[in-house]
Amino acid sequence: MRAIERSDVEDFLFHEADLLDQWRLPEWLELFTDDATYEVPCTDLPSDASADNNLFYIADDRFRLGERVKRLMKRTAHAEFPHSKTSRIVGNVRIRGRGDDTVDVSAVFQTFRTKDGTTDLYFGTSNYRLKVDDGRIRISEKRCLLGGEGLRPHGRISIVL
Amino acid sequence: MQTDNRQPALLVDPAQQIFKVARRNFTDPEIFKAEKELIFERSWLYLGHASELPKPGDFVSRTVAGRSILFTRDSKGTLRALLNTCPHRGAQVCRERKGNAKSFQCFYHGWVFGADGKLRSQPGEEAYAEGFKNRESSNMQAVPRFETYRDFCFISFDKSIMPLVDYLAGAKEYLDLICDQTEAGLSIISGTQEYSIRANWKLLTENSIDGYHATTTHASYFDYLMNTTDGLVGGMGGGGYGYDLGNGHAVLEYGAPWGRPVAQWIPAWGDDGKREISRLYDNLVQRFGKERADRIACKNRNLFIFPNLVVNDIMALTVRTYFPMAADYMIISAWALGPNDETSWARKYRLNNFLEFLGPGGFATPDDAEALEHCQRGFNNAKEAQWNDISKGMGKERPAYNDELQMRAFWTQWNAMMFPAPVSSIKNVAA
Repeated sequence: MRAIERSDVEDFLFHEADLLDQWRLPEWLELFTDDATYEVPCTDLPSDASADNNLFYIADDRFRLGERVKRLMKRTAHAEFPHSKTSRIVGNVRIRGRGDDTVDVSAVFQTFRTKDGTTDLYFGTSNYRLKVDDGRIRISEKRCLLGGEGLRPHGRISIVL
Repeated sequence: MQTDNRQPALLVDPAQQIFKVARRNFTDPEIFKAEKELIFERSWLYLGHASELPKPGDFVSRTVAGRSILFTRDSKGTLRALLNTCPHRGAQVCRERKGNAKSFQCFYHGWVFGADGKLRSQPGEEAYAEGFKNRESSNMQAVPRFETYRDFCFISFDKSIMPLVDYLAGAKEYLDLICDQTEAGLSIISGTQEYSIRANWKLLTENSIDGYHATTTHASYFDYLMNTTDGLVGGMGGGGYGYDLGNGHAVLEYGAPWGRPVAQWIPAWGDDGKREISRLYDNLVQRFGKERADRIACKNRNLFIFPNLVVNDIMALTVRTYFPMAADYMIISAWALGPNDETSWARKYRLNNFLEFLGPGGFATPDDAEALEHCQRGFNNAKEAQWNDISKGMGKERPAYNDELQMRAFWTQWNAMMFPAPVSSIKNVAA
């Protein structure tokens, strides 16, 4: 079987961005392995900080990620009701390393979010560990390193980055 | 501030249980300007926690009420709050957010200062008057007032403000309950949540001590909690009370279903967690007796210290301070606190707990921000729809944690500072 190439990874990440932009979150969740993590550290932490002893914005295991998706699909997730409109650009995709059945990838993201007449920009770098199983790519780690200082003026990460 | 007699800031009539707040207070640029001078220049403001500067030479630079502050621990170990501006020509001396330094050099002309703010050297010294370096005016200026209470460090720009310990009034007892969780002291955990809300800062004050909004605003968080805890402790009917602590400070104290790392166990934490929580609880009983131990371990506290500090002792410990940048925009900084002698198990669960509810990526705070922003939008109708109502629980001898006594405590102090006697804008009105 041929090795995963950057173009495969790009296709995968573009698909992920598309699912998120369409608010197809339950399908998006299927992209993750059962032991996956999704993390967004605070911007004054080193990029390899651990969520076990540092304060993050988000540090979800697979269970809480599932709960995050459930929550965001409810009317009572007020910050995202009605759902905001988002537009994601993923670029500068690079393969950083390869394991037996994993590929480490970094990509730059720019996500525009519009709600109630205000448009905010989220930007930064996402580091992924992708698991390749029988040709199928899944996410086992996703860590979004926000560019900029803090979360101003948008103030919240109510969407998935 | 001059009172606009046509519309007072508050409408209060205890006999008829009326307490109304003018929505103009949240929108008017004149009020915003006056608050800078009458509230933020005349209060004790939270600067930071002593644990952020463990070693001599440690520093953080921080903005407090628009001032650039350099917070240091000098070579003798003394904490200092300096105005981060060069006595020579005004440039910010320190441009890093945090670190450790033997000295600070202003990059503009090269003046060098110790962590105590004293001028050490400047290029071309021979061209200055003899003894120039020993003049007080050659040093970086200290903030007018700097005092600490149990490692919580405060500054004030009002030279004649009352001592911090008097200012804290009834809030002191609640800071004690929080600090008494451990004999080893509390520390700020690395990582600062820095965010903002497009709303007036007083909306966050209200929201931080509002026990009334939880079941609706945070319905989805409680759904989540039901999914995680396999049966909740105490239930939401844990109950509790709100207290006016004097000088505008207030607190809610109540039972709640979530786990507390010091020290209320939930089934999701398993047997390891049960052992650890029992150990922490037993230690509290030994130190304080059962009654106070129960209060420290199982009661939750949302503590507000006037005008802009919140210390929440809930599913985790958080310190949050916020400043208005405009009538309709505030910036917020929030930190997690944890006991210095905490096991790695407890630290992990503490942070896990924190992120569930708190902060701009949590399952609750974004919905608070949404509520506040929609209040601010609603206030666009303030010319016609003029008043907020915060009368809930006014008739009770002992208002509950989900009544609105706490907000009345804040607003009464705010009003007294904004519209000092003899011009009082508190009006008695007939219903």
